[in-house]
Amino acid sequence: MSTATLSPAPATTAADADDTRIGLRANLRHLGALTRRNLMRIKADPESMLDALLIPVIMIVLFVYVFGGAMAGNQHEYMQYMVPGLLGTTGLNLAMALGTGLNTDFQTGVMDRFRTLPIGRSAVLLSKMIAETLRAIVAFAVLIGFSMVLGMDIVGGPLKLLAAVGLSLVFGSSLMWVSMLLGMSLRSAQAVQGMSMLVMMPLQFGSSIFANPTTMPGWLQAFTKHNPLSALADACRALINDQPVGNSALTVLVWAAAITVVTAPLAVARFRKRT
Amino acid sequence: MTRIERNAVEVHGIVKHYGETKALDGVDLTVREGTVLGLLGPNGAGKTTLVRVLSTLIKPDAGTAFVGGYDVLRQPKQLRRTIGLTGQYASVDELLSGYENLYLIGRLLDLSAKDAKARAVELLERFSLTEAARRPAKGYSGGMRRRLDLAASMIGRPKVLYLDEPTTGLDPRTRNEVWDEVQRMVGEGSTVLLTTQYMEEAEQLAHALTVIDKGRVIANGGIEELKKRVGGQSLQVRPADPAQLPEMARALQESGVPATFSTESGLLSVHLTDERRLTAVIGVLGTRGFAVAGIDTKLPSLDEVFLTVTGKSAVPAQTRDKEPVA
Ligand SMILES: Nc1ncnc2c1ncn2[C@@H]1O[C@H](COP(=O)(O)OP(=O)(O)OP(=O)(O)O)[C@@H](O)[C@H]1O
Ligand SMILES: [Mg+2]
Repeated sequence: MSTATLSPAPATTAADADDTRIGLRANLRHLGALTRRNLMRIKADPESMLDALLIPVIMIVLFVYVFGGAMAGNQHEYMQYMVPGLLGTTGLNLAMALGTGLNTDFQTGVMDRFRTLPIGRSAVLLSKMIAETLRAIVAFAVLIGFSMVLGMDIVGGPLKLLAAVGLSLVFGSSLMWVSMLLGMSLRSAQAVQGMSMLVMMPLQFGSSIFANPTTMPGWLQAFTKHNPLSALADACRALINDQPVGNSALTVLVWAAAITVVTAPLAVARFRKRT
Repeated sequence: MTRIERNAVEVHGIVKHYGETKALDGVDLTVREGTVLGLLGPNGAGKTTLVRVLSTLIKPDAGTAFVGGYDVLRQPKQLRRTIGLTGQYASVDELLSGYENLYLIGRLLDLSAKDAKARAVELLERFSLTEAARRPAKGYSGGMRRRLDLAASMIGRPKVLYLDEPTTGLDPRTRNEVWDEVQRMVGEGSTVLLTTQYMEEAEQLAHALTVIDKGRVIANGGIEELKKRVGGQSLQVRPADPAQLPEMARALQESGVPATFSTESGLLSVHLTDERRLTAVIGVLGTRGFAVAGIDTKLPSLDEVFLTVTGKSAVPAQTRDKEPVA
């Protein structure tokens, strides 16, 4: 018996084309499977959800009951001022979890596993965005419920409340790109989390969320005035209290668009390079 | 009769440098369809780097490679449909259960929900993970993770399977399970590229061997061929009194049997170049009245293979440096 070696095995006719395009239905199926995975990760690690909820709850209780009287003369009045603005940051806090999750996937080799599978790499990212958005929606429901129990009034009604939630999510999704960049640039998930906190803290406190900027010293006022979180807080406050929104909502959308335009291509390029 | 045999994996002059480190420095190798190639090499030889190039995880600096007829650089998507990878370090989602890890991969490989479920259950069973199937992988032992990772790479019944040191850190029973599974995959027509540091593993599974070092292929061929070059098994004798080691070695040398010893391990070893050597050793030790506590034969270690094919002596430095015993 003789053997002959044939090499390489005949490739497809168009040798240059990597032509197994992943169809829409397959893509949706992959997206579904990956989103399910991300949701299961949240379920398996409920503490991560608690973190996102506990800090706003503590802030609401602390600020309304401890400082509320001193700041606005009246707790209810201060609640109507502060809580809507704080609610507005819910979408942001959760956007930051995306980077941590992505970093973990790279570190644990899970991303390598995905990269050896015949799936579109965009599905990996998109599924994370969907899962984080769903998580943010749950967080909104809990926080709004909690605030209402404490006595906050939704003066503007449910539609304007939804508009506030939507605005927060839109702005949050622009920050998801920033979070992605951090997640792919820093070494560990802890570093990503620490860095996110470092960015978020001054932005949150140097804004109109907790206090009216007119009470602040001049240099801080300048920062607060241009801080997008001030615009977001102002817009959410106006919507929930049924006051004129002015151009704060538009300012938020412009910021979101600008952040996306700058960071999304960078994040996608980096992701493509690493995958 | 002429049988046409194809190469499932073809690697031509693959180069991958990391700064000054030449991880791969022009590697050529082939794996025949339906066979197992053992890729042997010491730490840092470039085994993992090669496996990652062939899995489309990293791009080579130069050279070409085909897997299942697909070009790693130009047809990565098609190539991914034909491969399964168990990397050197487990890549499981720690927060998910074993079952959910496998189910997810089944779905990503376009199995229906029902098939993905059935395949996950089947593989969990085969790798003795059924009991732990519903627990998060975070709580798995190292060996369990490894098995889960192996199961994950087999879900799609890949035509070409890469296993990067699949049994490092496994207990003997689990190791045998992994070997059985690999053999079953080969029986079903898969081709396997297996990296290992264990000669025994290569001997068990591989049809051919490629030895690499510092990013270069230094030997290539059938197992028997390489083993002949190394010179069969080695005999290990443990004297009752370790102080007698030098004396025993001298006695054997005087009778024309080269022997080396290590005071560290308390073992005397003799290369069994032919069958008569074993009888000769026993004869010499018996007539001189040495008390022997244990005797064993073992395959040449990777180290010995390696030293032999690189043309260096396999004699431990310690005994070589000593003044001649005869
Ligand atoms: N990402 C990287 N950056 C820099 N150097 C690398 C990288 N990956 C591998 N190397 C280097 O390339 C060489 C080959 O590494 P590789 O991991 O392929 O070896 P190996 O044969 O798998 O070793 P081991 O048996 O220890 O797993 C090593 O010197 C290693 O330090
Ligand atoms: Mg390795």
